[in-house]
Formats: sequence, C-alpha cells, structure tokens
Amino acid sequence: MSENKIANKYQVRDVNVFYGDKQALFNIEVDVLENQVTALIGPSGCGKSTLLRCLNRMNDVIDVCKISGDILLDGQDIYSKKIDVVELRARVGMVFQKPNPFPKSIYDNVVYGPKIHGMIEHKSDGDEIVETSLKRAGLWEEVKDRLDSPGTGLSGGQQQRLCIARAIAVSPEVILMDEPCSALDPIATARIEELIDELKEKFTIVIVTHSMQQAARVSQKTAFFHLGKLVEFGDTDQIFTNPHNQQTQDYITGRYG
Amino acid sequence: MTDLQQRHQHLQKRYAAERRFKAYGLAAIIFALGFLAIMLVTITVSAIPAFTQTYIKLNVEFDQKVIDKSGERNVVEMRKSDFQKIIRQGIYDLFPEVTKRKAKKKLKTLLSSEAGYHISSALLSGDKPDLGFIDTKREIWVKSSDDVDSFIKGFINRDIDEDKRRIKDNQITWIDQLQADGRLERRFNWDFFIFADSRSPEDAGIRGAVVGSFFTLLITLVLSFPLGVLAAVYLEEFSKPSKITDFIEVNINNLAAVPSIVFGLLGLALFLNFFNMPRSAPLVGGMVLSLMTLPTIIITTRAALKSVPPSIREAALGIGASKMQTILHHVLPLAMPGALTGAIIGMARALGETAPLLMIGMVAFIVDIPQGVTDPATVLPVQIYIWADSPERAFQAKMSAAILVLLFFLVVMNAIAVMLRRRYERRW
Amino acid sequence: MSYLTLLIILFGLIVAGYQIGQRRAKAVKPKLNSKLPEHKLHSLPGFHGAYVALWCGIPSFILMFVWLFLEPNILSLLLEKQLGEQISGMADGKVELLKSSIRRAAENSQFPVDTALLAVVESYKNIQNQANIAGMVLIVSAAIIGLLISQRNIAQRFMARHKVEYIFAVIMLLSSLVAVLTTFGVVVSLVFETIRFFDHVSVSEFLFGLHWSPQIALRADQVASSGSFGAVPIFAGTLLITFIAMLIAVPIGLFSAIYMSEYASPKFRNIAKPLLEILAGIPTVVYGFFAALSVAPLMRGWGFELGLEISSESALAAGLVMGVMIIPFVSSLSDDVINAVPQTMRDGSYALGATRGETIKLVLLPAALPGIVSSVLLATSRAIGETMIVVMAAGLAANLTANPFQAVTTVTVQILTLLVGDQEFDSPKTLAAFALGFVLFIITLGLNILALKVVNKYREKYD
Ligand SMILES: Nc1ncnc2c1ncn2[C@@H]1O[C@H](COP(=O)(O)OP(=O)(O)OP(=O)(O)O)[C@@H](O)[C@H]1O
Ligand SMILES: [Mg+2]
Repeated sequence: MSENKIANKYQVRDVNVFYGDKQALFNIEVDVLENQVTALIGPSGCGKSTLLRCLNRMNDVIDVCKISGDILLDGQDIYSKKIDVVELRARVGMVFQKPNPFPKSIYDNVVYGPKIHGMIEHKSDGDEIVETSLKRAGLWEEVKDRLDSPGTGLSGGQQQRLCIARAIAVSPEVILMDEPCSALDPIATARIEELIDELKEKFTIVIVTHSMQQAARVSQKTAFFHLGKLVEFGDTDQIFTNPHNQQTQDYITGRYG
Repeated sequence: MTDLQQRHQHLQKRYAAERRFKAYGLAAIIFALGFLAIMLVTITVSAIPAFTQTYIKLNVEFDQKVIDKSGERNVVEMRKSDFQKIIRQGIYDLFPEVTKRKAKKKLKTLLSSEAGYHISSALLSGDKPDLGFIDTKREIWVKSSDDVDSFIKGFINRDIDEDKRRIKDNQITWIDQLQADGRLERRFNWDFFIFADSRSPEDAGIRGAVVGSFFTLLITLVLSFPLGVLAAVYLEEFSKPSKITDFIEVNINNLAAVPSIVFGLLGLALFLNFFNMPRSAPLVGGMVLSLMTLPTIIITTRAALKSVPPSIREAALGIGASKMQTILHHVLPLAMPGALTGAIIGMARALGETAPLLMIGMVAFIVDIPQGVTDPATVLPVQIYIWADSPERAFQAKMSAAILVLLFFLVVMNAIAVMLRRRYERRW
Repeated sequence: MSYLTLLIILFGLIVAGYQIGQRRAKAVKPKLNSKLPEHKLHSLPGFHGAYVALWCGIPSFILMFVWLFLEPNILSLLLEKQLGEQISGMADGKVELLKSSIRRAAENSQFPVDTALLAVVESYKNIQNQANIAGMVLIVSAAIIGLLISQRNIAQRFMARHKVEYIFAVIMLLSSLVAVLTTFGVVVSLVFETIRFFDHVSVSEFLFGLHWSPQIALRADQVASSGSFGAVPIFAGTLLITFIAMLIAVPIGLFSAIYMSEYASPKFRNIAKPLLEILAGIPTVVYGFFAALSVAPLMRGWGFELGLEISSESALAAGLVMGVMIIPFVSSLSDDVINAVPQTMRDGSYALGATRGETIKLVLLPAALPGIVSSVLLATSRAIGETMIVVMAAGLAANLTANPFQAVTTVTVQILTLLVGDQEFDSPKTLAAFALGFVLFIITLGLNILALKVVNKYREKYD
C-alpha cells in the first residue's frame, strides 16, 4: 500500500452468481476502499444482498448458490481452499436487515463472538469487550444497568445497535450491513447513521440501502445495480450530482419504478 | 300463493335436515366421550376393592418348639421355620369346637397362605432382631385369604347355593363370629404398592411392574433420545436434498406406522435369537421400544428445529460461528423444549406398549423386584394383561387398580409435556 | 468387576486426553495480538482437547465392543482344545452342556462338577483370567496409543475444529441411519424366517388353505399330527373385526370432525378435542380389559335376552371397542383436512344460499375427500395391526365365518399366541408367526404408502 493512496480492502473481479439456473449477478467489478463507506443501491431484486453475502461467504449456506470469479480481501482470494470461512467471518462482520439478537442476555449476545474466536481468557476480558463494543455502538448508557436482561427485550433501534455491537465485538476489519435501518423509525435511523460515520474510522463498511438520502449522507462510494448488473460505480458525490448513466439518473431522481 | 307455500315447506325441510345433520355430529361426540367416561368410571369403581385388604386378629403363641427347633436362636435357621403353623394354631384356638380334620382344613384357609412368611420376615428382619417374642403369646393382625376378603367386600353372595360359592356355610359362620368379636378389619392395602406379583391375590402388588417399567423406559429414553435428536439435526440441518435423504425420510415415516407387534418380532428374531440377549430383560424391552419411539422423537424434533427462525442461524454464522457451533449453541437449545415434549409423548406411548414386550418374554411370572436392566422383569401393562388372565375374582380389582396407576403415570407425563409446550412456546 | 474398572480407566484416559490437548494448544499460542489469521491458533483449545479425547475414546470403545463379542467365542474354542479327546465323538449338544457346566463351575466354586473335570475347570479359569487381562491391556493400550498419536498433531494451524465437527457429523449421519437399519432388520428377519416357514408349508396352502390349527406334535416322533396352516380363517377374522371397527370409527369420527370444525363454538372445541384425543392416548391393554370384562359380557347378556347366541369372545365386542379406540385417528386427521379447505369455497356456497349442512355435504366433503380417504386408510392400518384388544377380547378359535356374534381370531392374536411362552425356534409353528408378521407388515406398509399417495395428490390440488 502506498502512502497517499487509500488501500483496496476488497477487490471484486468478474463475479457471476447463480441461484440454480438463475443468474443473479453478472460480471461484477467493484473495489471497496479501506476505512470508507461503500453503498450498494438499486431496485429490489437487483442482487445487492447477493453481492454483500458473497463478501463474507454467507452464500455458502444456500445449497443452490454458485459463484465464479474472484473476490480478494487484502489481496487474498476468499473463496480459495486455504481460507477458513469461520476465520473469514471473524474478519468480516455482518449486520442484517431485521435486528436478530440471540434470545439470550445482552451480555451474552456481545460476548458470544469473542468467546468462539478464543479472544477471551478471563472473565474480565469479556467484560471489557462488552463495554467497549456497546460504547462504540452507542448503546452502553442505555443498557449498562441491565446487561443480564434478554436482548430481545430491547426496542428495535436498540436491538439493531446491539447487533452492531455484537458484530464489532470480534474486532472485524469490515462490517457488512444489509439495509440496517429498514426496520427502524427515523430517530433510530439517524442514530445508526451517526454510528456508521464514527465506525468508519476503524472499520471498512459496505452498506446496502434503499434510501438515496442515506446513501448520500453516509457513503463515500456508491455502486448502482440493475437487474444483476453493475451500472455505475464511483464517488458518491459524483453519482448523486452528476451520474454518467441515464438509468442511474432516473433511479436517484425517483423516476424509476 | 301455493308457490310460496311450497317454497316455505321446502325451506322447512332443508332446515330440518340441517338440524338433523348437526345432531348427528353432536351425537357422535357424545358417544365417543360417553364411552370414555363409562370406561374410566367402570375401571375406577372396580379398582376400589384393591386398595383395601381384610386382616384377622389372632392370639398367637410363638412356640419355640416350632420356630426355633434347635433352641440356638439362630436367626437364619429360624427364618426357614414354619411360622404358618403357629398362625394356624392361632385360629384353631379361636374356634376350639372345630375338631374334625376336614373342618379344620376349611378353617385354616381363612388365612392367607403367605401370612406366616410375612410375620417371620417382619419379626426377624435385620441382623440382630429382638427375639423377645419367643415363647410368648401375642395379639397380631394377619392377612385373610382372598376369598374371605372378597366375601367381606360383598363379592360372594351368601344366599346362593353352597357349592356355587367359594366360601362354604361353616366358613361363613366363622367369619360372622370373627366379625362379631371385632377380630376382622379392613385396612388400606399398602402391600399393593410394595410387593411384586404373587400367586395369591392378597399378596400381589405392582411394585415389581413399576420398577420394571421404570428400567425399561430408562433404556428407551437413553437410547432413543440422543439418537433421535442427532438424527433430526442431521436431517434438518446437514443433509442436502438427495435420494438417500428422501429414502431415510420415507423410512422414518413408515416406521412410525409399523404395528408394534412387528417390532416384537424383530426383537425376538434379532436381539434374543441372533444376539442371544437375555429374555424378559428391561434392557431388550427398552431397545425394542426405543426403535418404536425413535420416529416420534425424530419427527417432533425436526418440527421444533424448523420453527427456529433462520435469522438466528444467520446471526450466529455472521459472527463466524461454525455450522456446528450455530446449531449446538443457538438452534438446538431453542428446539430443546420441542424435542423434550416429543420425547415425553414417545415415552408415554412406550409406557402403555404391551404386545412387543410380551414377545420378548416380559410376560413371565416374576416375584422378585428387578434390581437392574438385565434382571427378568415385567412392566405395568403386561402385569395388567397377566392379571386379566387369572381366574381369581380379586385379581380383577388388582388389575383395575394397576390400570389406574398406569393412567396416573400417563396423565403426569402428558401434563409435563403440555406444561413444557406452554412455557416455552415462542412466537417469533 | 473387570468391565467397570475398564470403563473407569477409559473414562479417565479420555478426560486426560482432553486436558492434554487443551494444554498443548494453549502452549502453542505465541502471537496473540497479531491480527493475521496465519498467526493465530486455528481452533479453540477446547477443540484440540476434544480431538484428542475422541481419538482416545472412539477406537478403544469400538475395540471393546468387538472384544465383547469375540471373547466368549475365543474362550469356547480354547476350552474345546483343552477338552481335546474327551469330547471327540460326542454329540454337539452334549459338548455344549459340558462346556456350560465347566463355565458355571469356573464362576461359582459351589457348582457341582465331576471331580475328573476339576483340573479342566482350573485351567479354564486361568485361561479366562488371561483372556480378560489380554483384552483389557489391548483396549487400554488402544486408548493410550490414540491419545499419544493424536496429541502430536496439535499445532497452531491444525484444524482441530474441522476434524471434531466432521466426526460429529458422521455420528449424526449414523444416528439417522438407525431408522433405516431398523426397517432393514425388520424386513430381513421377517423374510428370512418366512422363507424357512415355506420350507415346511407351501405358499399356496398358507395363503389359500381354509384350515388353521398350528398344534404341533407333542413329541418329536409324533410327525403325523403336525398342524395345518391355512391362514384364510385368520385373514377373514382380521377383516371382520377391522370392518366392524371401521363401521364404528368412520361415521363417528367423521361426524365428530365435522361438528368440531363447522358447528362447535371455540370453547366447546377446546374442551372436546383434547378429550377425544385422550381416547388415542389410553394404552390398548386398557381397552382390551374393558372389552373382555365389561363389553363382551354385556353383549352376551343382551344377546341372550334377544334370543341371540353371542359368544363371550365375539368379534362384535372386540370390533366395537377397537372402533372406539380408532375414532380419534379418523376425527383428528379429518378435522385437519376439513379445516384445510379454503374459506373461499365455503363462502361461495353460503353466498348461493346453502345451509351449513348442505355446504358441508356438497362442498366441503367432496373437496376434503382425498384427505378423509387417507385418514381412513391410516386408521384401517392401525386397526389391522392392533394387538392387545383382540388378544384379550377375541378368541383363538380360527372360525371361518362372517357372523359377528361368533368368536374369530386375527393375525396379531395368532402371532402372539404362537410365540409367547417357550418354544424352539425351528418348528413350523413359530415360523408361521413370522410368516403372518410378514403379511401384516406388507399390508400395513401398503396401506400407509397408499394413504400418503392419496394425501399428496390432494395437496397438489390446493398448492
Ligand atoms: N436463496 C435464493 N434462492 C434463489 N434465488 C434467490 C435467493 N436469494 C435471492 N435470489 C434471487 O436473486 C436475485 C437477487 O436477490 P437479492 O436478494 O440479492 O436482491 P436485493 O437487491 O437484495 O433485493 P432487496 O432490495 O429486495 O433486498 C433475486 O432475483 C432473487 O429472486
Ligand atoms: Mg436484499
């Protein structure tokens, strides 16, 4: 990595994804830069989630899903035999559309990841991780007195921040977020957006969103997808003010169905 | 006008048919539930006599010449001596006028033939029993024979012909005499819960069968629960759809519908004849029943696993839990109440299962309470079946009482299952 | 004592293996703060421990079970060698008897044996001891070797988690194969014994013969009186009782289901449905008791008053009680399928001015028919395979009759009576039970598969 250029975290090269016979992504080429927020936008069903799930191999779980092409994380092919998915997912965390805390205590939710990755040797390690993660996710003040109460008892926005805390507890390098605010009200959404802004100091973030404003507010790079194809990819400012492509233009101005 | 009337009549007819149809439905339900009620009431009523037992008060002379012939006070030897004889003497003493051999024989059959044995084991229990009773005269209560018991309970009618009843005229006079003297008493029959089976109804109890059932179910649970849960996890979470998986699934579903007696044939041919396992043992019974219970546990556990939402799996996988960790740490604990419910329901069914156990020899007459899973044993439903075959009237009450005990266990098990389901039922 | 100690030793070794694996894994953990995966321990120390424990436990336990089966055979061979010429020319049965008495004498010094055999008994004891020790040593050393070899694998990048999880997955797969093995076991044992049966009795006699009396010669030389095995009366009896049972269960079950799903208030339904299901949960031996001791005498009494000759083991009593037992099978399955009929179909009918009853008869039942048929098929299969009620309430007499007041016998009753009690395993009498079991298995399986087919067809219609 050279000094004044930001390093490439992910390099997506010529990626095609199939669900059985149905092709969901066509020849995708995207670079995700370190410590930046990259937004993936596009109409429903265009393959945003699919691409996101390729980045931490969550698609492995789906039997019919086949992928070709290369996805390099720090220059290493994540689909190569040498990579252990479990270690990959420790490096690449994920936050889902619907908040999905485990039906366990808040403490156990956060500490679970560090535990299975052997990051905890004494109980104090766990306490420390829980505190820093919850603080970083902006949830600490609200829950510090009831760490033993179930995570499912929190409000939607709190749950989603808990899921973010859970993701950052394992100190990942990248966080993938799939429409993290779609189940939340505007105030909770605003909190999460602030949080994303803070988090990019430490993490690389890829976010899928349906809200143009959100993409414009939080991201530095934007990729626009349509029917499984990458239509346009560039700086967020440029995409939103001066898109090269007519389809992009139509979509961001809301003229698209 | 007539047209309207006709239509009206037609409508009336339709409504009548409607009412009839509804009445049939209600009648069907009433029939089924009525049958259930009558059956349960009949069984309960006929079980009541089994819970009491008639005792006779005797003044017994503990003659050393009979119970300690050697005079050495050797407890082991004494246990072998004829206590029945001194008890017999006790009742002869009450009726000194009875002298003829034939009449005396009738007199002594008022007593339970096992009474002496029970007295000796009560007095001579432990290593160093108090032997102060020797050569004293004491007042003791001993069990009556089952015929006397039946007579007292009113099952033998004194008004019918003498040779048609099991209690003869002279016996009736003696019984009346005893009753008048306050020497007869009906007590709660604890022995029914402490003793194993016996040839004499007054000594027959269900403890042996209950313990046998316990061991059998223990084996069933130990084998079928882990196997069933592991199989369910494999089929639900690991297997990819394939011919083999389909085959396994079809197999499990069909196994659930195979008649239980066929499992008995399997147990007989495979476990007993091929592997030479012991007959009548809870071990083999449990193995047979676990094969029968397996499909139930697999099917319910799979349903429970299915109801765990995928978002939980994604959450765990997303932080880098392996598939196995995801399942062991998150999915399986959430599915556990469902799996346990299935296991309890399966166990309840196994507890009532009779036919396959008859075939592997658990029908033998066993007077000892089994100590382990390889001892010969019987189980509750089989005990009921055995007693149903016995001619003595008293066994019928025992059998009904045993059914009540069996139903009690079933109710408890099902109640636990329902509670589990209520308590842990989650709506996602 | 020996197996208990062995188990304790093995258990101790397994725990030790776990500890050793964990310790070693913790020891190889130099660059904890490096973020690169290459510098981290691949698996948690616990997985390394489990890996060693599994390698310690699995081979030794497999070996133990093999030894459990082998040891008696080896001992028996050695004993025969010992006895040498003493048994040459002896009949096999006698040899077995001799061997078993030597075995028991070795176990129990009080057991009386020929003084001439005392030396053999002593040396047998010796051999037994040696074999015992040899087995123990073998098994324990397998555990130790497994432990030593596997713990050498532990290293930073050693994928202990993968190995452990793989072993678990294999165990799970094996568990799910138990069900298949069971079916296989059922089929093999039934087919095997049935073929042996047909060595004695021809297939056509069995399937079409009208006379069933499996009484076998009391003495070995009494060949002439070997029984006859025409199973038609049994099949007919089974059909008769099943028919009576279905005659009760189908209308009552169906009407109950209709009332529950279409007329009953939710409150009534919530109470009546579980109560009906109790009928299915009561052990069949209880029904058998009720049929034999209450229903049958009652029927006999009624018959007597009406001038009918009703046997105390009549098909009617058994069939009636069995029918009641089957009711919930019909009703709950039918209830499900009636409820599954889309509401739109009901609405359509009501909108035309049909009454509830008419809607049920003309719309719901035809639509739910396949489901109902399949529930009836399943219930029939239950009735055919039901044992205890008929054992207790129906008789043993193989009458070929369609008269429900007479005693008939069924397949299950015959299987049970032929096999309960002691018997040698080679007589046609016991083998006949397996042949009957095979027929029973095939028929219930067929009904079951048919029911599934029907219901799947029905599902396709609505999905
Ligand atoms: N598990 C699956 N099996 C088969 N097809 C799938 C699966 N998941 C997604 N697809 C298909 O792949 C295509 C892309 O889906 P994807 O979920 O990536 O869209 P998306 O852009 O995330 O849409 P949304 O904005 O609605 O979340 C869709 O056409 C979808 O139908
Ligand atoms: Mg999506």
